[in-house]
Amino acid sequence: MPSPSEIALQVSDLEVTFIDSDGTLEVLDKLNFSIARNAFVCIVGPSGGGKSTLLRAVAGLIQPNGGKVLFPGESESKPQTGLVFQKPNLFPWRTLRENISLPLEIDHRPDAEISRLTQEMIHLVGLEGFEKAYPHELSGGMAQRVAIARCLVQDPEILLLDEPFGQLDALTRERMGDELLRIWNEQRKTVLMVTHSIPEAIFLADRVLVLTSRPARVIMDLPITLPRPRTDAMRYLPEFTEASRLLHEQLKGSTAPAN
Amino acid sequence: MKEPPSAATKIDFWQRLSRNRALLLLLSLLLFLLIWQMLVIVLNLPGFILPSPAEVGRKFLSVLSTGLLWRHFSSTLGEILLGLLIGISAATLLGYALSKSPLAERLLSPFLVGSQSIPMVAVAPLLVIWFGPGLLSKVLICSLTVFFPVLINTLVGLRDVPPELREVMRSLRATPAQMLRYLEIPAALPVFLGGLRVGASLSVIGAIVGELVASDRGLGFLINVGRGQYDTALVFVAVICLVVLAASLYGLVLLLENKVLSWQTWRKEA
Repeated sequence: MPSPSEIALQVSDLEVTFIDSDGTLEVLDKLNFSIARNAFVCIVGPSGGGKSTLLRAVAGLIQPNGGKVLFPGESESKPQTGLVFQKPNLFPWRTLRENISLPLEIDHRPDAEISRLTQEMIHLVGLEGFEKAYPHELSGGMAQRVAIARCLVQDPEILLLDEPFGQLDALTRERMGDELLRIWNEQRKTVLMVTHSIPEAIFLADRVLVLTSRPARVIMDLPITLPRPRTDAMRYLPEFTEASRLLHEQLKGSTAPAN
Repeated sequence: MKEPPSAATKIDFWQRLSRNRALLLLLSLLLFLLIWQMLVIVLNLPGFILPSPAEVGRKFLSVLSTGLLWRHFSSTLGEILLGLLIGISAATLLGYALSKSPLAERLLSPFLVGSQSIPMVAVAPLLVIWFGPGLLSKVLICSLTVFFPVLINTLVGLRDVPPELREVMRSLRATPAQMLRYLEIPAALPVFLGGLRVGASLSVIGAIVGELVASDRGLGFLINVGRGQYDTALVFVAVICLVVLAASLYGLVLLLENKVLSWQTWRKEA
């Protein structure tokens, strides 16, 4: 177990229930896990299983019905979490630069600081030359990079990613994965990412958590021991295949109808 | 073999003409005046039925030089501007409040929809009875006409703010004021300005309806005077002033739209 100061996120007994037309619907049931500082953790699970709900609860967008989300980190001034959505959700009337600077404007930062940090982020995600482009002029991959930059510019402790590459084609998706690892390496953030793709999870993460369907519980916590930096060649290592097999079996089991 | 007069240059000429908007506008105006003058000559109509363009022009210059036209024009313009100011502010504020309270919106919406189907012409006499024949009743009629299209569009614009963008703002810990400034106003602006465009044109009708019912000044009053004295040229002058006024207001909103919504380049391309 890592010592408390090295834990970035502690989720304990987290419960979220929604009330829909049929009464109450339990989405998260006494969920427990913790994430070490600077770790890259992926969550896989059946669709509609409450993974997005979990991220929203961690981001503070949903008030949990029970349990706690704790950030044992020392920083009080920095925002704890930044959330990247499945869709880029850019503001169509703002240019690429203005989309990235939005969180800083909301935070009332001085103009000089806004333009400096924004420029740094544009450089980090490799979008120099497109500063004045509007979202409808960007490709899907570029738009999602802007969304990631908009999230990182606030310098959050924990980066929450909700299937960020789900809408991209396979090749762009792999390229974005490499990009994300490079950014993670430069920025040294704690990352919690939800994904549908088992290979993506193994390729990116230090740890993969498998969630069951509603109500969601962690049924597997698999450490990925592949060395870093990760390379494409590792996708063909026996360790990769073995991890893939384990996760696949767990997922199949978790989606089987309960008797 | 004789070449036919090259079809290419012919097409080129028409294409160039069809692109020159200012020239086309001038041409259509001239054509309109020509047909008008022809009608007067061919049908040999007396001036009190259909005055010729020249007569109307003379009338225009004479009422312009005596200051009569400006006195009535400025009076109508004042009513319209005041009416717009009150109507737009009230509609925007109520629209924002209703968008924040779905219950209030549902309670009020039957009245809102119903009141839209009341013809202002029918309500105008009532307002004149209640508020007298002076400035107040005209401003009220005008602001009521402006009020509904602007209110409905404010409401629709705010309601259609994409919920996922609201979630982005919430994840950035934005205050309600920031939500309004950075998301709701820019997102609702296209629809709001559409309502404003309709409202601006209607505002002219509202003011005139009020003046026609009862007044002692304004372009509507001028029309009444011209009608009573069989001075049809005067009626024409007043009507043309109204058309110019309404078109200018509409143009102003269009100008505003182009300036504010310049990011919507995809709209122009489509």
